[in-house]
Formats: sequence, C-alpha cells, structure tokens
Amino acid sequence: MSFAGSDITGARGQPVKQGRSALQKTDPREFPNRIILNNPTPVPHPGRWIAVGLLCIAAMLVLWSLATNPNFHWDVVRSYLFDQQVLRGILWTLVITVMAMVVAIVAAVSLTFMRDSENPVLRFVSWLWVWLFRGTPVYTQLVFWGLLSVLYPRISVTVPFGPQLFSLETIDVFTPGVSAVLGLGFNEAAYLAEIFRAGFRSVDSGQKEAAKSIGMGKTMTMFRIILPQAMRMIIPPTGNETIGMLKTTSLVLAVPFAFDLTFATNTIANRLYLPIPLLIVSGLWYLAITSILMVGQHFLEQHFGKGVDVAAIHQE
Amino acid sequence: MDAIFNPADDAPECVRIKGVHKFFGAVHVLRGIDLSIRRGEVCVVIGPSGSGKSTLLRCINQLEGISAGRIYLNGELIGYREANGRLNSLPEAKIAVQRRSTGMVFQRFNLFPHKTAVENVMEGPLKVKKTPRAEAIRRASELLERVGLADRANYYPTQLSGGQQQRVAIARAMAMEPNILLFDEPTSALDPELVGEVLDVIRGLAKTGITMMVVTHEIGFAREVGNHLVFMDGGMILEEGPPAEVIAAPKNARTQSFLAKVL
Repeated sequence: MSFAGSDITGARGQPVKQGRSALQKTDPREFPNRIILNNPTPVPHPGRWIAVGLLCIAAMLVLWSLATNPNFHWDVVRSYLFDQQVLRGILWTLVITVMAMVVAIVAAVSLTFMRDSENPVLRFVSWLWVWLFRGTPVYTQLVFWGLLSVLYPRISVTVPFGPQLFSLETIDVFTPGVSAVLGLGFNEAAYLAEIFRAGFRSVDSGQKEAAKSIGMGKTMTMFRIILPQAMRMIIPPTGNETIGMLKTTSLVLAVPFAFDLTFATNTIANRLYLPIPLLIVSGLWYLAITSILMVGQHFLEQHFGKGVDVAAIHQE
Repeated sequence: MDAIFNPADDAPECVRIKGVHKFFGAVHVLRGIDLSIRRGEVCVVIGPSGSGKSTLLRCINQLEGISAGRIYLNGELIGYREANGRLNSLPEAKIAVQRRSTGMVFQRFNLFPHKTAVENVMEGPLKVKKTPRAEAIRRASELLERVGLADRANYYPTQLSGGQQQRVAIARAMAMEPNILLFDEPTSALDPELVGEVLDVIRGLAKTGITMMVVTHEIGFAREVGNHLVFMDGGMILEEGPPAEVIAAPKNARTQSFLAKVL
C-alpha cells in the first residue's frame, strides 16, 4: 500500500476523500514500518485497585446477607411476584401513569403556548396554574380531588339568566379513577410546562426567522421547525418525569383509589404480617417498568437527536 | 463587466421603499429611506456596521415591522391594508403569503439542523407551496446541483462546512421562486477561504437576471457583481448609483472616508 503524494488510500483500500470536510482516516496498524506509536506506560493508579477491592468485598457481603438472612422471606417474594392481585395492580398503575401523562402533556403544551402568548390574560392564567399546582403537595391535591363531590355535590351547566343545560352528580363524573388521573396529570402539567418552555427557548431564534422567510405560518413553524428541535431538550427531563409519575401513582390511595400496585402489595403484606417481602415484590416491578421506559426513552432520544447527536452515524 | 445582466432602464419596479423610518424603542435606526429596485437589478448595500443595512433588508422581508413609510413589492403594499386613508395591520397569515415572494439568506445560515440539505431545500415547496413530493425532491436536487452540492444532498448541516451550509441556504431561498433574493451579509460568518465559493454562487445567480439585494462588506464583489450600489450610514442612504462610478469617485464625504478605509 503506497503512502506517497496524492495516492493515499484508506483503511480498507478505498481512496480517502481529500478536503476539509472528509478527515483522513488511517489505521496505524497498516503502516507498521512507518509509524511507531508511542504507547507510553500509563500512570499507575493503585488507589483505584484498592477501591475496586473494597467495593467487591462490600458487594459480596450484601449478596451473602441477601441469600442467607431469612427475614427477606424470598419464598414469599417468589410466590407473590406473579400473584393475581399484584398483576392487576401493575395494570392499574400503568393505566394511571399513561393517562395522567397524556393529560399532563396536553395541558402543558397549552400552558406553554399560553405563557408565550401576546394576550396578558392567557399569560397570567398559565403562570397561575404553575404557581398553584407546583406550590402545593401532590398528596394534598389528590385528597382535594377526592373531596370534590363534598365541595360541589352537583355539577350543572346553566346559560346565565337562562335554562339549565345539564346537571350531573359530581360523584358520577369524578370517580376515584378520574380524580386520580386528573389530580396527578394537572400537577404534572405544571412541571412539564416549565420543561417545555425551556425546550422551546433552547431553539435558536434564527430558526423561526428562517421558517418565516420561506413563508411558513406560526403553526407550521411550531410543528415542523421548533418542536422537533425542542424535543431534543424536552425528552430527557420528560422521561425523568414519566418515571417519577410511575412511582407517584403510589399516592393515589389519598383519593382514595385502591387498585394500584403499592395498594395491592400493602394489602397482601397486612394480611400476611410480612411487609418486607411484599415491598420487595413491588420494588422489583417498579424497577422492571422503569427499565422498559428507559429503553423507550433511548430510542426517542435517538430519533430527535437526528442531525445533531446522531449525524455521524447517519452519514454512512 | 460584460457578463453581468443589466436590466433595461424601463424595467418594472420590484421593490419601492418610500419614506421608511424604523425605531427600536427610542433608537432611530432607519431615518427616511427612499429606494427603488427594478426587476433584474443586483442592488448592493454597503456601509459601516450599525448603519441600518440589515434592518432595511429585514423590513423588506417583514421580519421587522416599519414605524413609518411604505414598502411595495411588485406594486403591492406589504404589511398593511390601506383603506380610506387608514392603515390596517395585516394578519400573520397574510404576511406569511407576502413573504413567499422574498427569499432571505442569513448571515448565520439558519439551516434547519434536523433536516438534511435536500430536506432543507424542499421544506418550503413541499409544506408551504404544497408541491407534490417527487416534484419537490426533483426541484431541490436541481437547485443543489446549481450551487455545486449535488453530492451533499443527504448530509445534515453539521456535516457541512460553513460555505457549503450557506450554499444550501441559498438553494433553500431559491426554492420558493421568490421575486427578489435578499442576502444579509452572506459571507461575514465564513472562514476567509470559504468566502469565494459562496460569492461564486451569488455571482452565478446574478447573471441569470434574478433580482437581488445584497448587504455586504465585500467591496470588490459589490463593484463586480452589482449594478446598483447603495451607501448607507446612520440610517440614511447617503449615496447611490452605478457601483463602478460610486466606488471610483464618491461624491459624499462620508462615502469617501468609508471607501478609503475598506479599499
């Protein structure tokens, strides 16, 4: 393989493109007689080896105790891991998580648009929402949603000075499930709205101008140009919030909504007088679902990182 | 000079700017601009930083509103509807339609980073003009070839050099088939060795008879390619005329001292 003048060939023998944008790639192993790599002896790090040793010992001790301490009741964990009641709890937890996040995302997008609106009333409402729902504990809010039917026994819509359009029992509309979803979703929207706002702000203002200059209207600019770029910033913290939501569903007993995973395992634990193995059961399931969500997040990040994070991969 | 397209003296007016003032708060950025650009003209605007050149360009594209005066594009008043001596602001959607007849090339390119070169160019035709996809791709590829980037169609902006990005941006502006192309210091953000390739593309376009308005600091380029030179300072047009004449024998004292510094 020659290495002279303009006759440069790359690792696999294809000609290497010369120029600014195509950096030359060379495999030094292919030029053993020409390039002698320095290969210096690395700086020794004895501290690292000691730390690894200590951590290994600690890990062994933990594993040993997990295996031998009878108070873990691994047999109970095994027999209740796929218990009917537990599985139904997982299903409800997932349903509430997904529905609350959908409510939260829809509300948060509206809040974000309102916050950047030219109408001062809309801007204030958006600010008020964030202030109220972020400023009080979600537990308090859930209890409140549960007590809505005490506060307003009937919901009726009346034309002012005119006839009543319809009237419903509050308790028929705001069932515990609906209350749980709205309570969690409205609270979450306040946090997501701030995340979305930060995401939109992160997009260079030149992008909006470029979109305008090719004749795009506001809505199209938002959905074709701004949102896809903002998503790159929005997804990691939103993934965080989704995982947070999964675990916050364990508070829905406050409504009271009594079918989620934590409630199911607590019920069994109280029946058996064995709280620890059932905490492990619910912990393992939360961990499993979180892991699946993390995989999903990874793919979303890859999709919206197009052109920025994954440009190099795409070039092939 | 021979290759440059020169519009006939009676060519119709493309842009007419009448008594335009622009305030940013209390800052008086444009102080009574009157300018007429005929169809097919290459109007180059020079002047020191902060003289209002870019602002004027952005007003024509309605990225900035004007505080006083009128701007007409092909005889149509832009930004307003005039009825019974009163001006009414046009709704955003109407302004978006008017913007389609102006193409803009920005100093910092402003390519869409999440779209490849060809997707950047076809975005306008595909989504705004609703051109069928196959047709939009064909047109975009043609334009990329015209700016010498046919082999970079599927590259993302981050994979292109500054000069290549700016050439894609020119193709994107052309894709909407505007009546006038506006260039806002198109080479100011480029490494010196990349300036030439962008100027070559603009030079090539100038020969085809497209109406252009170029804000630039490249005086040599202005003399070579332009056929209407405008010198601005302090928000006013101090001198205008054929580039060779103005550059060789500026009449205004400010123009003289500016040219003495940059030539």
